[in-house]
Amino acid sequence: MDDTLKTFRQGVHPPELKTLTEHSRIRRMPFPDEVVLPLSQHTGKPAKLLVRVGDNVERGDKIGEADGFISAPVHASATGKIEEIGLWPHPNGSHSPAVRIKVDKYSPQTPRGRTVPDWHGLSPDEIRTAVKNAGVVGLGGAAFPTHVKLTPPEGAKIDTLVLNGCECEPYLTSDHRTMAEYPDRVILGTRIMMTCLGVNHTMIGIEKNKPDAIEALTAALPSDLNITIHPLTVKYPQGAEKMLIDALLKREVPSGKLPLDAGVVVQNVGSIATIAEVFETGLPLIERIVTVTGKGINEPSNLIVPVGTKLRDLIEMCGGLKEDAFEIVFGGPMMGAAQANLDVPLLKGTSGVVVLSEDECKRAETHACIRCGHCLDACPVFLNPQRLGALARAGRYEEMNDYHLADCMLCGCCSYTCPSNIPLSQLFQVAKKALWKRQVA
Amino acid sequence: MEAASSVSNKTFLITASPHLGGQDTTPKIMWSVVGSLVPIVAASIFFFGPSSFLVIFASCAGALLVEQFLGPKSALSDGSAVITGLLLGLTLPPGLPMWMAFVGGAFGIGFGKLIFGGLGQNIFNPALLGRAFLQAAFPVALTTWPAIGGPWWSLRGDNFAFPLMSASTDVLTGATPLGLMKFEQVATDNVDLIMGSIGGSAGETSGLIILICGAYLAFRNHLNWRIPASILLTVALMAGGLHLLDAARYPGPFFMLFSGGLMLGAVYMATDMVTSPTTNLGCWLFGFGIGFLVVVIRLWGGLPEGVMYAILLMNAMVPFINRATQPRVFGTKLKQVVS
Repeated sequence: MDDTLKTFRQGVHPPELKTLTEHSRIRRMPFPDEVVLPLSQHTGKPAKLLVRVGDNVERGDKIGEADGFISAPVHASATGKIEEIGLWPHPNGSHSPAVRIKVDKYSPQTPRGRTVPDWHGLSPDEIRTAVKNAGVVGLGGAAFPTHVKLTPPEGAKIDTLVLNGCECEPYLTSDHRTMAEYPDRVILGTRIMMTCLGVNHTMIGIEKNKPDAIEALTAALPSDLNITIHPLTVKYPQGAEKMLIDALLKREVPSGKLPLDAGVVVQNVGSIATIAEVFETGLPLIERIVTVTGKGINEPSNLIVPVGTKLRDLIEMCGGLKEDAFEIVFGGPMMGAAQANLDVPLLKGTSGVVVLSEDECKRAETHACIRCGHCLDACPVFLNPQRLGALARAGRYEEMNDYHLADCMLCGCCSYTCPSNIPLSQLFQVAKKALWKRQVA
Repeated sequence: MEAASSVSNKTFLITASPHLGGQDTTPKIMWSVVGSLVPIVAASIFFFGPSSFLVIFASCAGALLVEQFLGPKSALSDGSAVITGLLLGLTLPPGLPMWMAFVGGAFGIGFGKLIFGGLGQNIFNPALLGRAFLQAAFPVALTTWPAIGGPWWSLRGDNFAFPLMSASTDVLTGATPLGLMKFEQVATDNVDLIMGSIGGSAGETSGLIILICGAYLAFRNHLNWRIPASILLTVALMAGGLHLLDAARYPGPFFMLFSGGLMLGAVYMATDMVTSPTTNLGCWLFGFGIGFLVVVIRLWGGLPEGVMYAILLMNAMVPFINRATQPRVFGTKLKQVVS
């Protein structure tokens, strides 16, 4: 184990706020009355519908097929009857096609007898196909289909697999608990991925505020694999792929390119554990570990719940909301999306539900920019948010391209650090969307 | 279901991420700068008596009144006009008539800041612009330094001169260490320089106190330490080099650092966030430019002191410095692409 703390340059250090759930064991919850499964739970094209209203489905049955390469299938996360197929509130704020399943109360919810593939005999291609058929996507938030990451383009040379156990967002602890409680599963997943990618070195990056996770994984390390664990400085956004690669390998992913172009594949530890589970149980990605936390919820917890569990049910499982619950966020408070509707379902990529209290969300007044330069000091990709912000406020979006708006990953460091409380990152979201629309039109 | 029904009719805040904010706010930064100036103002009153207080009070009054009546609504609460008033007062001779200090404060805010569009828009440090105006308008009054010593409560000049009238000059005047050096080739004791019992502007007293207050601000990230570090380093190295060449002609680095307005300028004027570069590399260059100009003006210029013009000149360079020192965006211009 490497004892020196690695990290990237710049970034911010928001309060960690993880004490609410960092030591609570993951609990498996009883099935809710119904689950809602949007066909679009991943980056890329939505899945193609395979079922009709009235169909009976069993837990693990495929209800949506991947549509193209950058897409992922969707599976029933509970045994029951399909009651409705239609538009349903989606965590991204839209209404999007989804399948609502009334959960069969009397079903034992044991999946149909299925053959668990023995991965030892599988070729890399067969492993990829199995991962794709299981609908595995990145569980860290972006929900990028995992099989795509496992398919390096012709000629690309991958030499390192990086496991992302940073969990740099405040409040969230699902990856932390996964590593602490299921270290063997993380290692098995790593083993399978190393075989699939043909790499012989894996680096696991974990922020040093998770000593029990580091300890558990270190204890589980096999002697026959070259896996190294690297404690990292606690800093946001340490878990951003490019920042993590920079910290661990001192390699810069070229602007506009993927980690593949730096010879690296990055996987979230939760996704790795899920891949292991696929080959252990034969079950696709139909449930996940989620942190439901925040100062506005009664019983902050780490839960295993079916994908498609509605926000309303999650809140109920955690003892309901407190009086001062003010904003509910899917994902972490730095990059997550605020939710307006309690009927939105938990997606494959939803790592946390954070209920913020009123005093946390209260925004101070916006002041004039005093050119203090704190945003330039915070930006992990070395943009000039001050200049970009001025251009965005003036609506000069095209010019923002010259200032590398495309390299902005909307991590929110600039907004977080701005003493004048200028919504920089928020302005950049608007600018990116506007530019994208102009490009399409 | 109790919990569920109780939440169903609640509405929630919907904002774009990030949903958390940092602790610093612009008024907090400004007021902490004001707070850090308190010991310096106190030292000034200790050395120059009530005169110093009157001058600082008058320049603050000028700055605040203009900000209040011509500035944007409730601009006073951000604290920036107080800083301008205090800093301007600290750069003035303690015996200055109050009405002149008042005019300086009003000019600094009005023409140094508001005319550009208010806080954050100005190019030049408002306090220094106010002082430059006074220096041009009242050159004699601005270079009349009270002698050190005498009873604490005595006025060091005609502070109460009637507006638009010059001061009657029946008080004891002295010279600043820089003036003594330049025009009479007399050196000042090092201990006096550090502790502050020297003639000069209200705030040109104890370099030590200014350094301590600046360190506090730097620790709280309310000023960029690179600027004073770069200025002081440049002055020390340049003055040291010249002193080695010709010790009789050029004063040593210690004298250069602790005399005149250099400490106040380096720690408080040059670090004004609005008028200094936004990049860290830029801050180093900015400080280097100021240090260089200070030494050049002091040693070869016509004036004994050059901090004010050095900072104002470098203020004008800030947009160019910013443009020239933009950091390399992550992942761009890589020498070799790792494959």
